Amino acid sequence: MSNEPLGGLATAPQAAIGRPIADVVAASLKSRYASERRFRLYGLAAISFAVLCLAVILFTIIRTAIPAFTQTMINLDVTLYPQEIDPEGTRDPETLSRADYQRLLRDAMDDLFPEVTSRAERRALFAMLSPGATYFVRQLVIDDPSLIGQRVRVQVPLSDDFDQLAKGRIRADTAEAERRVSDKQIEWFERLRSRGMIETAFNRTLFSAGDSRSPELAGVWGSVVGSFWTMLITMVLAFPLAVGAAIYLEEFAPKNRFTEIIEVNINNLAAVPSIVFGLLGLAVFISFFGLPRSTPLVGGLVLALMTLPTIIIASRAAIKAVPPSIREAALGVGASKVQSVFHFVTPLAMPGMLTGSIIGAAQALGETAPLLMVGMVAFIVDIPGGPLDPATVMPVQIYIWSDAPERAFIERSSAAICILLGFLVCMNLIAVVLRRQFERKW
Amino acid sequence: MSAIDAETVRATAMPKSDAATVNRSNVPAFVAEGVNVYYGSKQALKDVAIDINRNQVTALIGPSGCGKSTFLRCLNRMNDIIDICRVTGNILLDGQDIYDKQLDVVQLRARVGMVFQKPNPFPKSIYENVAYGPRIHGLARSKAELDEVVQTSLERAGLWKEVSDRLNQPGTGLSGGQQQRLCIARAIAVQPEVILMDEPCSALDPIATAKIEELIDELRQNFTIVIVTHSMQQAARVSQRTGFFHLGVLVETGDTEQIFTNPHDKRTQDYITGRFG
Ligand SMILES: Nc1ncnc2c1ncn2[C@@H]1O[C@H](COP(=O)(O)OP(=O)(O)OP(=O)(O)O)[C@@H](O)[C@H]1O
Ligand SMILES: [Mg+2]
Repeated sequence: MSNEPLGGLATAPQAAIGRPIADVVAASLKSRYASERRFRLYGLAAISFAVLCLAVILFTIIRTAIPAFTQTMINLDVTLYPQEIDPEGTRDPETLSRADYQRLLRDAMDDLFPEVTSRAERRALFAMLSPGATYFVRQLVIDDPSLIGQRVRVQVPLSDDFDQLAKGRIRADTAEAERRVSDKQIEWFERLRSRGMIETAFNRTLFSAGDSRSPELAGVWGSVVGSFWTMLITMVLAFPLAVGAAIYLEEFAPKNRFTEIIEVNINNLAAVPSIVFGLLGLAVFISFFGLPRSTPLVGGLVLALMTLPTIIIASRAAIKAVPPSIREAALGVGASKVQSVFHFVTPLAMPGMLTGSIIGAAQALGETAPLLMVGMVAFIVDIPGGPLDPATVMPVQIYIWSDAPERAFIERSSAAICILLGFLVCMNLIAVVLRRQFERKW
Repeated sequence: MSAIDAETVRATAMPKSDAATVNRSNVPAFVAEGVNVYYGSKQALKDVAIDINRNQVTALIGPSGCGKSTFLRCLNRMNDIIDICRVTGNILLDGQDIYDKQLDVVQLRARVGMVFQKPNPFPKSIYENVAYGPRIHGLARSKAELDEVVQTSLERAGLWKEVSDRLNQPGTGLSGGQQQRLCIARAIAVQPEVILMDEPCSALDPIATAKIEELIDELRQNFTIVIVTHSMQQAARVSQRTGFFHLGVLVETGDTEQIFTNPHDKRTQDYITGRFG
């Protein structure tokens, strides 16, 4: 109750400035509402701008990427001459895989254009096929040796320049000297097209192959597998270490100068540029411990160091957020410290820890700079079979391709970005699902 | 003004003077002497001395911030988890100093259970809430035995009828009063000697409060109970002995009847008649 005398009902309460309080409030309300409206507007503007930027980025990436998901193929009738492939008729897989399929393809192309006779022209004609076309024929024969001696229809990729021509990226109306295909080749291409031999197919190679010098033979699978092994090493090391460190620091460590210094340093580590971790990895893991360069093992170690502080900080925040009443309840029935921590605090903090870890993992998955330092930027054709095989990772693959002169590699680089984004979205979905799973009210 | 009429208090306190109970408990469970508690440099308790009798309910009353909870938490060393908290003096449980280095704090807490002011069931099923204590202490040798312990504890806490058909549902899904009784069941499942209760009814409606008071009266047969309460009617209804705290000092202890009818100290009198606090 206020001690000031209240005016009667007839006279409204007066403010110090002599006007009725209701009027003063009303006047101030106007400007308060105005500032609220302004703030909402700023917020809306900021969000719209962010969404717009995101949309533009996504749109350009996807637009560039779409052509990479298809590949122009040619349906060739190839005669599988027994004397070329397997003269002795042993059907030995070794012989079959070493046979000269290029010859057969040349013959098939020559059959299509009997009027092409000069050496140079025949070479130009054959250059329309991808250098990898022979693998397609070889695979066909190895899978089914009974085809030898028959004339079969094989679908092989065209080389990237003709793929670009088919997609309209190389235009026939530019001067001949300024494009990578000659007038003659365009004419041949058009004739093939009018005969219905050219077909656009889904680019399976993109999802199944490793890197290659020829864009039409290059795929992201090698780098996806490389990323997988790297992330596996990263998380297997970082998650238990970071969660253990967070639990120890938060629950068991004495609060003194020393632990304070550690805490400050962990926070600082989270802000260290990632390339520094790469240099550290190069100096410690490769030069000192002699671990193999360019391998997911070393990459994973480096990325684990990099993600540790992120996960520790997130985990500590999650542990701090567990209400003390739960700890008291556990200790109150006679649980030991370790029991109260592992039976109650950790499970309750788990959603937060997982979220932090997945954020850390997503960061690591998109990291390039430190991996360049430990040699994961190499040109690697083979799919890595384990953490000790030379490998590259998706962001590095994107970096390599985006630097290539061929247009087709630029497309593939955008396609790889889309795939990487897909993985990141999946990881975030997993984080959401895990959080739901572990989340319980208390 | 919300003064309690001293007459009313006297009337409710009267029937509780149970001579038989007083005689049985001539050996105190807890003996506290010269207990000082500091939070950092701030002293929260000054030279507290009190005997807590076996198989009795001892009520601790006093104005807010006077150190009732602090003292209660000394009795099962729950203050250990507060970094800045320092306790000096002697607290003996069955003649043994509980702040002795030799004494195992986990064992102490198994002997001295606690029910907190705010219901704090574990984020687990009702069954698990009660079974957790016996399980970690290895009190049940088989699943059947554990089931038995859970059932008797819930029955004694007066909750069995309400939850017997949903033991697997989360304990946090119960009502506030049910949760508090679940916490009591959890505490008695470990079969402690002493149960400390810090304002167990502060968040409850009168009906739930009445149930818990009834329960406390029953539990007295087997347990020693120390209860902190802000309600003087409650102290009068459930306790046999009462201690009055004021500004960190234990001003007066005595039989509940005597404290409420004939307090020796002026401050006690002022408090129970509602002149301050
Ligand atoms: N964790 C703590 N850190 C610092 N000071 C504390 C802490 N807990 C309690 N205190 C102080 O100790 C004194 C006694 O607190 P305590 O909680 O024992 O009071 P109380 O009698 O239980 O009060 P209430 O009836 O309001 O619960 C208070 O002055 C309080 O500020
Ligand atoms: Mg209190």
